[in-house]
Amino acid sequence: MFPREFEYVAPSSLDEALGTLASNPGAKVMSGGMSLIPMMKLRLFSPELVVDIARIGGLDGIEDRGDHIAIGALVRHETTAASPLVQQHAAALASAAAWTGDRQVRARGTTCGALAHADIAADQPAAALALGATMVAASSGGTRDIAAADFFVDTLTSALEPNEILTEVRIPKSSGSAYDKLGRRGGHTDYAVAGAAAAVTMSDGTVSSAGVALTGVGTKPTIAAGSVEAIVGTDGSAEAIAGAVARATEGVTVLEDLYGSAEYKAHLAGVYVGRALEQAIAATG
Amino acid sequence: MQVSMTVNGQAVSGDVDPRTLLVHYLREDLRLTGTHVGCETSYCGACTVIVDGKAVKSCTMLTAQAEGAEITTIEGLAENGDLHPVQEGFWERHGLQCGFCTPGMILSAVTLLDENADPSEDEIRLGIEGNLCRCTGYHNIVKAIEYAGAKLRGEEPAPAEWEVNA
Ligand SMILES: Cc1cc2nc3c(=O)[nH]c(=O)nc-3n(C[C@H](O)[C@H](O)[C@H](O)COP(=O)(O)OP(=O)(O)OC[C@H]3O[C@@H](n4cnc5c(N)ncnc54)[C@H](O)[C@@H]3O)c2cc1C
Ligand code: FES
Ligand code: FES
Repeated sequence: MFPREFEYVAPSSLDEALGTLASNPGAKVMSGGMSLIPMMKLRLFSPELVVDIARIGGLDGIEDRGDHIAIGALVRHETTAASPLVQQHAAALASAAAWTGDRQVRARGTTCGALAHADIAADQPAAALALGATMVAASSGGTRDIAAADFFVDTLTSALEPNEILTEVRIPKSSGSAYDKLGRRGGHTDYAVAGAAAAVTMSDGTVSSAGVALTGVGTKPTIAAGSVEAIVGTDGSAEAIAGAVARATEGVTVLEDLYGSAEYKAHLAGVYVGRALEQAIAATG
Repeated sequence: MQVSMTVNGQAVSGDVDPRTLLVHYLREDLRLTGTHVGCETSYCGACTVIVDGKAVKSCTMLTAQAEGAEITTIEGLAENGDLHPVQEGFWERHGLQCGFCTPGMILSAVTLLDENADPSEDEIRLGIEGNLCRCTGYHNIVKAIEYAGAKLRGEEPAPAEWEVNA
């Protein structure tokens, strides 16, 4: 099994890559290839030109920028997972990266690639949503910021234009965040049957702000607005969390798939919202 | 397109179609058929090789992406005819039955032990989650990796279960 024929370029600078994308409407960005290559092998997708961004310098760092951390386009899942900066300030993302695929996938796939790919059951998008991340998209015309809440548009569809490269994701620092999921192969292994991420800020014993997001249950990774509304302003107690669990899928289209009925998935969404909130709140203490 | 890389310590180069997957280049152009093709869908890990120190699935990597890389396949693991401790572990602890998954399993285990010299049983099982075996039930694979870990740490491996239970 191998892809249809295509042309391949591996530019060494961002400008060169953006120029190539601008002048070739049939071009596709490739980063780790962990989602793109399987899709091309199955011939679900057959670009004319693959622009491999992996040789562009300066995109492989994780930086502390004061109030946020920035993760470059080429940072691989294993690096995100093991980063002390990410573990300390964006624990939900560190867990989501650690539980993305397997050792081999984590050694090649990138955090930004997982966001750009926007799979309905991917891990890191849920963490990015809960943490209120911002995506930085570059094209030959300049750069623009896209809020995570506006980034995941539909199944396998992000807000990126075909000529744009996601150069980094910026994550506001949070002392209280967590992600948990049921993997398709049990435990935390493989894509989420259902999973949830939560990020909370406590002030004077009250949840002053929160982000809660779901993955695996609908047409895209999505914010659980009902849970956010339920938890903000409470003391973060078990009772308050139960209130957020009850509203986990409010306004969310839950879909049946190979891994479970809509009813089962809605149930799991609640279970994981509860676990993520509990861990996130405990972490603030 | 032209590609060049180092495979098992030897510089190689060739002319490939951009769509040539690394596993096909290794097996068909370089004739290193120890790297197996199992599922072809990125799940089974039979095609695992080590690229720049990391275990990767060579069915999910373009040869072009490996330009300039250092690659180790199962053929390159033994040195001067001496089995690598992980290979020895699979031999000593019966870590294989049909052997189809074995090259990939061994190379994943090599990188697992590189990162974590003394993994727990759980860490070993999670460390090989990207490699499927349809024969063994994994039990002896875990024992083989424990054996190799001990050897690499310079310790005496625990005796085989069949010796203890004899
Ligand atoms: C066996 C296996 C198991 C997996 N299990 C999981 C799992 O449990 N959870 C999970 O979340 N994911 C899982 N994945 C998917 C994995 O996370 C991918 O690595 C990730 O989805 C894509 O990252 P990548 O860098 O490999 O991107 P690629 O495959 O190179 O690209 C994927 C898509 O994103 C676009 N893209 C990538 N980077 C950029 C960028 N910087 N700018 C613009 N567009 C970009 C590409 O054009 C393409 O459309 C699995 C994959 C495999 C093969
Ligand atoms: S053949 Fe590559 S993962 Fe199965
Ligand atoms: S020994 Fe047969 S698949 Fe593992």
